[in-house]
Amino acid sequence: MADALIEMRGIVKTYPGVAALDGVDFSLRAGEIHALVGENGAGKSTLIKILTGAERRDRGTVTLEGAAIDPRTPVQAQRLGIATVYQEVNLIPDLTVAENILLGREPRGRLGAIRWGEMMRRAQQVVDKLGLHVDIAEPLRACSIAVQQMIAVARAIDQHAKVLVLDEPTSSLDATETAQLFALMRRLREAGMGIIFITHFLDQVYEVSDRITVLRGGRLVDTHVTNELPRLALVAQMLGKSIEDVSKSESRGRPAADSSQQECLRASRVFKRNAVQSFDLSLKAGEVLGLAGLLGSGRTEVVRLLFGIDQRDGGELSICGESIGHHSPRRAIKAGMALTPEDRRAAGLVPHLSVRENMLLALQGAKGWARRVSVREQQAIADRYVRALSISTPDIEKPVSQLSGGNQQKVILARWLLMEPTILMLDEPTRGIDIGAKEQIELLIDELRSNGMALIFISGELDEVVRVSQRIMVLRDRAPVGELSGENLNTHAVMRQIAGETAGQAHA
Amino acid sequence: MRRSLRQLIWPLVALALLLVFNAVASPSFFHVQFVNGRLSGAAIDVLNQGAPVMLLALGMTLVIGTGGIDLSVGAVMAVAGALAAKLLHLDAPVALAIVAALGVCVAAGIWNGGLVTVASIPPIVATLIFMVAGRGIAQLITDGQIITINPGSSFTVIGRGVIGGLPVPVVIALSAALVIAAIVRLTSLGVFIEAIGGNEEASRYAGINVRWIRLSVYAIMGLLAGLAGLIDTADIAAADANNSGLYLELDAILAVVIGGTALTGGRFSLLGALVGAIIIQTLSTTILMTTFRGHSVPPEFNLVIKAIVVLMVCLLQSDELRRMVLQVRRVQG
Repeated sequence: MADALIEMRGIVKTYPGVAALDGVDFSLRAGEIHALVGENGAGKSTLIKILTGAERRDRGTVTLEGAAIDPRTPVQAQRLGIATVYQEVNLIPDLTVAENILLGREPRGRLGAIRWGEMMRRAQQVVDKLGLHVDIAEPLRACSIAVQQMIAVARAIDQHAKVLVLDEPTSSLDATETAQLFALMRRLREAGMGIIFITHFLDQVYEVSDRITVLRGGRLVDTHVTNELPRLALVAQMLGKSIEDVSKSESRGRPAADSSQQECLRASRVFKRNAVQSFDLSLKAGEVLGLAGLLGSGRTEVVRLLFGIDQRDGGELSICGESIGHHSPRRAIKAGMALTPEDRRAAGLVPHLSVRENMLLALQGAKGWARRVSVREQQAIADRYVRALSISTPDIEKPVSQLSGGNQQKVILARWLLMEPTILMLDEPTRGIDIGAKEQIELLIDELRSNGMALIFISGELDEVVRVSQRIMVLRDRAPVGELSGENLNTHAVMRQIAGETAGQAHA
Repeated sequence: MRRSLRQLIWPLVALALLLVFNAVASPSFFHVQFVNGRLSGAAIDVLNQGAPVMLLALGMTLVIGTGGIDLSVGAVMAVAGALAAKLLHLDAPVALAIVAALGVCVAAGIWNGGLVTVASIPPIVATLIFMVAGRGIAQLITDGQIITINPGSSFTVIGRGVIGGLPVPVVIALSAALVIAAIVRLTSLGVFIEAIGGNEEASRYAGINVRWIRLSVYAIMGLLAGLAGLIDTADIAAADANNSGLYLELDAILAVVIGGTALTGGRFSLLGALVGAIIIQTLSTTILMTTFRGHSVPPEFNLVIKAIVVLMVCLLQSDELRRMVLQVRRVQG
């Protein structure tokens, strides 16, 4: 391809034990916006890190305008003309807009003093060129997040950038702000810049991008011209299915729940701004409700609101008939709820505490500090669950950080199972664990359900959600878009809703 | 148990080395006599003079265990001493003086904990406020003067008395250690502290009352700092708002670090902190007692020598450094 600006060929990157990228090709033309999409572990961020010098590749070639490059640091990449703007704005809120734009390369006079006049002039030029209407003498914190984001772009491309990488720039922007950013991206495209755009929002992919590259599990799935790729096909590729597979729709959900069972969870018009739009939800004993959607679709936000990690901005919530006002995890646990979080490491495990201590944490938390479960009882409980969930650990006093991912997940499951909750919410319980452990967890969910527990199940693997759930609530771009159950519950139907084929084709 | 013992090895090695040095350099160090119904000798002095830092280190261990820190403990000591002395000066009963002083110190702890938990101010900033304000309050209580206490008052027993042959400060410090250890290890408080320090987010998800636990460790810290302040004031039979407890927060933090508890929180060792406090005091006494060719070490060397020894103890505990040293030796060998 003669007009390729960036050409990455056969990129391989291996971290201890994992192949993060396995022979990925990627090309970026001048004057295009190229969306890079994929679910967890697809390799998007690794690919970007290699391009921007934050990581070194193990194998493969990268060329910029035909010349081989090998940036070892982000600064080197920047000098080559590859600018990056991350999700979190990496600027200094208390400095002025002008200072932020020219931070680290202020025009200097004699004796190294900053030439303020020159600095203001240059910053104004940069801002004008991008068509931003901001007062460059204002401190950055006075600007909206969107404007800050655009100033980050301004700063990045002021250094004669040819390539701009935007890593989830829109995740904290509202609709108008996103539109502003897109307008800027289009202007830069007209000026001949190549833009790599990473996002979880499919609508946005179709709104601004010219081409789409899909990665999955560290491999290239394909690169397409955006308006030649139907949404459903894109979703299928992200989730690792072929369209033919999907239309056969062989995986079917379980029969609908027994309608005589009593309702134990009800949410109506619950929402939280910038997290998830208003949703209704009801759950019966002996039922598994699946939440399906792409990464960033609002799945996790829903269970966080239900469990009281975040406060909702509005709506009614009742757990086991008890109406919940101000919510908190303690409140939720008391009402009979349990949640195994999506991010085991950040929100689940206390790494240096033992398997036993980690397992007993919630039970002890509910009892309070003064009523300690005796060590003998703790050991008995821990031993029982180590056996019941076949957790492989030499002994229950081992720090939990030394266990494998699957076994860590089981420890957290045990923490909540021993509470005998009425409602158990599992956020990506099978992510990053081996097949055997995965199967065990699926079987366990089935057993718990038939014993009358109510479960909410989240997984990025569509097949799994469909297999395990009796009813599925589908989310897209942080809003509920539909519910499927009984005859209608199959992977194809879920995918269609995720893709939003009925409503969203206008953009393509 | 095995893990906590492993944690204790290096502080104990350091203490042993110090003691061996003393045994060689000043044999009188281990000379303990029973005189007038009390044990006396350099080793007993170490424990006696180390008692305030031991008390502070106990509380500091819990605070650091939650991932926090308390810089105000020296100032809290000064407040305790000032208030007790002032009340005694006004002819208040000794018991009232003690209870009032300790009560105010617990309140100071709750204030610190409140700033940390309710107002979400970082602990280093929150307690810095009382570090400054507390000493100011102590100075206001004493009108900037040193308030002396009648040496015959039963209050001075706290600093100078003897129980069962042991100085009262040592008895207080050791009892406090036993009580704190019992509270922390026989209830779930210890595990909660370690869980919060190890992963606050996970603790919240698990339904632990994070705020309440954090608040209570600062309150316990306040109480222990108050006790330390009373000992210090009773010992010299005077409240000196300017100097009581000055810089002792740093000794307490050092003691905790020497004892093998990470400043980032999580697993903590009360025993380690006690050993750390004893190391620090032994060091001061050692420097005082050591003579070189008939000359004693000039006092202006104290702080520098102390810093060097503490640095060495910390380096001893660094797994990273040990690994580097081992690697270098392997490469050479």
